[in-house]
Amino acid sequence: MDNMNLDQHISQRFNQDLEEIRSDLLEMGGIVENQVVDAIAALMDADSEKASKVLKTEDKVDIKEKSIDEECTQILARRQPAASDLRLVLAVSKTILDLERIGDEAAKIARYAIELSEEGESPRGYIEIRHIGNCVHKMLHDALDAFARFDVEQAIKVVKQDKSVDQDYATAIREMITYMFEDPHSITRMMNIIWALRALERIGDHGRNIAEQVIYLVKGKDVRHISYKEVKEKARS
Amino acid sequence: MSLTDTADASTGLAFGDEPSTVQENSSMDVSTSDIPETAVGQPLVSDPKMTMRNVDVFYGEKQAIFKVNLDIARNEVIAMIGPSGCGKSTFLRCLNRMNDTIVDCRVGGQIELDENSIFDAKLDVVSLRARVGMVFQKPNPFPKSIYENVAYGPKIHGLASGRTELDEIVETSLQKAGLWDEVKDRLQEPGTGLSGGQQQRLCIARAIAVSPEVILMDEPCSALDPIATAKIEELIAELSENFTIAIVTHSMQQAARVSDRTAYFHLGYLVEVNDTETVFTNPSHRLTEAYITGRFG
Repeated sequence: MDNMNLDQHISQRFNQDLEEIRSDLLEMGGIVENQVVDAIAALMDADSEKASKVLKTEDKVDIKEKSIDEECTQILARRQPAASDLRLVLAVSKTILDLERIGDEAAKIARYAIELSEEGESPRGYIEIRHIGNCVHKMLHDALDAFARFDVEQAIKVVKQDKSVDQDYATAIREMITYMFEDPHSITRMMNIIWALRALERIGDHGRNIAEQVIYLVKGKDVRHISYKEVKEKARS
Repeated sequence: MSLTDTADASTGLAFGDEPSTVQENSSMDVSTSDIPETAVGQPLVSDPKMTMRNVDVFYGEKQAIFKVNLDIARNEVIAMIGPSGCGKSTFLRCLNRMNDTIVDCRVGGQIELDENSIFDAKLDVVSLRARVGMVFQKPNPFPKSIYENVAYGPKIHGLASGRTELDEIVETSLQKAGLWDEVKDRLQEPGTGLSGGQQQRLCIARAIAVSPEVILMDEPCSALDPIATAKIEELIAELSENFTIAIVTHSMQQAARVSDRTAYFHLGYLVEVNDTETVFTNPSHRLTEAYITGRFG
């Protein structure tokens, strides 16, 4: 079903319950997306204040995760949803897990940003951080957008983006290793950059997971752990 | 008169209900344009126990079932679901010619049991109903002892050569129905003195005492509490090892729990048949989806 018809239930309460988990999820997504944007900016601008803000938001995300989880449990227990309703509850329940993890990765980046800001400026690795950061931010944004609009094509694009992020990440790591060879004094610093890149790459993976949940939600097809090509074929079949 | 005939006649069950619900539907202004000509999913299987081809059912002028094509696989549990008046009970009753007992009811098309037509003139309808037994919505034990309730069928069908053998059939049937331990010390007490759940299991014991091949169940748990329901559902799973079971149910959770395949009926049409797993997670047809998720169809 391309259109989920969330407002078509005979029970109005059920309509509301499902609409609520969906909008709460998108709200949580918005908070996490901001965390990612702020974490990358904190790193690029050596802005420890912004980084502290990201860390402070972590609690908010955790609370949101728990409350949405509780709502999902209530729907499962009270409504015994089936078909697309069941898939919605399951997709929300899994997506909040990915969002929470993205929040954790953003917090890690914020911590590296604080450490790096204390060490003073050094432009090495920033181009890679900026590039991959922009890519994963877009992925996350598009994945949430796909969820909001139940858009399978958009979700497929996110899966494709993850593939290129993985490639960019591998290239960036090779670059960082080269820098470390050239300048062993920078190793500590470069390690922080590498950890930050690693966190960004993980955010990309979680973005892909969310996109996969959108495909499951709309099409009822499990597209986890298969190649991009297979995802595309399965989701469109 | 067969065992099942007697059972139904004794309570005057269900027969009156279905035509009236169909009548109800005729006044509803519901479009049939969304209904597929042939059921989506997998209505046909290889090596079926029963096959139905182009089955139509009429109550007088009113058509209640339209061109249904469906196979029932050996030893499967198939659940028929759908809104009231969709024809699922009518369809179920075609399978052992229970509709013959309704004046004005006409069944068209072909229905086969093990590749033999059940409408064959040479076929004895009483033996058909012994092969295709039925359990009804409301438990309807005979006003006789527990023992006699189970022994009656084997006696009239001449399945036991003597008392010992009859005792054995009664005991095994009650055991298979999961009732033996609860009633073994009071077999001579009236069947009607048992609790609702026990009565329904007694009816199941009565149905299986004549060694049927197919058991039809028409909302067997709708008059039972959740514990009794759970026992019957557990029993259905056990029975499916030896019997083929077709069950009509209003409880979608029940269909999801007990069946291997699920068939969705809508306004007399078979809309979708699929593995139960698929029907409840990713149904193919919009009407099935609307029904099982409680949406306006």
